[in-house]
Amino acid sequence: MPTVTMTVNGKQRSAEAETRTLLVSFLREQLGLTGTHVGCDTSQCGACVVHVDGVAVKSCTLLAVQADGAEVTTIEGLAKGRELHPIQAAFKEHHGLQCGFCTPGMIMTAVDMLRRIPEPDEPTIRAELEGNFCRCTGYHNIVKAIKAASEAM
Amino acid sequence: MYEFDYHTPQTIDDARALLSGRDDPKLLAGGQTLLPTMKQRLAAPSDLIDLRKVTGLDGITGAGDTLRIGAMVRHAAVAASDEVRQAIPALAALAGGIGDPLVRHRGTLGGSIANNDPSADYPAGCLALAATISTDRREIGADEFFLGMFETALEEDEIITGVAFPVPRKAGYAKFPNPASRYAMVGVFVAQTGNAVRVAVTGAGPGVFRVPAMETALASDFSAQAIADISVPSDGLLEDLHGSAEYRANLVTVMAKRAVQSAL
Repeated sequence: MPTVTMTVNGKQRSAEAETRTLLVSFLREQLGLTGTHVGCDTSQCGACVVHVDGVAVKSCTLLAVQADGAEVTTIEGLAKGRELHPIQAAFKEHHGLQCGFCTPGMIMTAVDMLRRIPEPDEPTIRAELEGNFCRCTGYHNIVKAIKAASEAM
Repeated sequence: MYEFDYHTPQTIDDARALLSGRDDPKLLAGGQTLLPTMKQRLAAPSDLIDLRKVTGLDGITGAGDTLRIGAMVRHAAVAASDEVRQAIPALAALAGGIGDPLVRHRGTLGGSIANNDPSADYPAGCLALAATISTDRREIGADEFFLGMFETALEEDEIITGVAFPVPRKAGYAKFPNPASRYAMVGVFVAQTGNAVRVAVTGAGPGVFRVPAMETALASDFSAQAIADISVPSDGLLEDLHGSAEYRANLVTVMAKRAVQSAL
């Protein structure tokens, strides 16, 4: 079994993994980082979004071996100690979550979105969220939270 | 997903060597179609040959009247490229409308055209722009490259290295995306190069195809009005729960008009 090594949230991590192990399984099961969720298993829902080498990707549609040597950031890597990332704080403030299952993916997508588009308007935010599903249909407050975060950042 | 052996060759020659003498090897580019297919066990390759470390497959270069995009260039990079936006804005818009932002960060030009999904966007862009597909051994014109549903002119062990797009005078792409998958229900790419016009349709048929009647009409009058009364027959078009063949045939004219308008 190959040994996979990557920098996760700033720390170098290594573990053995089958070649067919998905990055999301590697993060959750080998590294114990269960903040990244598996929602659909068909590459559609975005609950598993993490950043690989600085860009948001679906970690259920990437093999762990493909991320060997990469820099990975998960939802656990956003807050600084007890201080929430501005987008996390905005989700809390604006009730951008109901059940919370989609939230890690939503926030990781939002961080990537604001990196590329610092001041998105509402239609842009909605278009950029095309790869993230919220089955509570709480999109309204998610959009509001991202808009507020963009103004705060 | 079934087990497989995983390889990361550094050169095209090493990648090609790995493709021979194995049961059912597959090249892995962005993996945004291949991995979901393997997860569903609809594909079970013996070996995955990841092209991520292979040199020479990256980069976007413009040289006068041609824009060359490497096979491993991601959709997001094409969409954001100043060079592409300036030379062929319709192609940047096409790339920016594939899947969702997360898929666009991984999916590649080479992967998309090698797979030749009948509803994929890039085949329409390549065919309408009369692109030339470069491989490790030859150059293939788009008219010869796309053969049918998931079928291309590529040999079993042939590797796409890049695509050269002639810069058109005007071009436009319009698609009606499936609201769930974002694949094209129908997508039409229109390109005017010199005095000739090419119209390529994806999503409607078993593979990308041209519409000669629209091309002739647009060559003498490049306006949406010129093709308003031209429709394609629904015989042989795709039919599924998302839309009938007649519905798709109607969409071809609608999307072609929008593509022309966006090119004006």
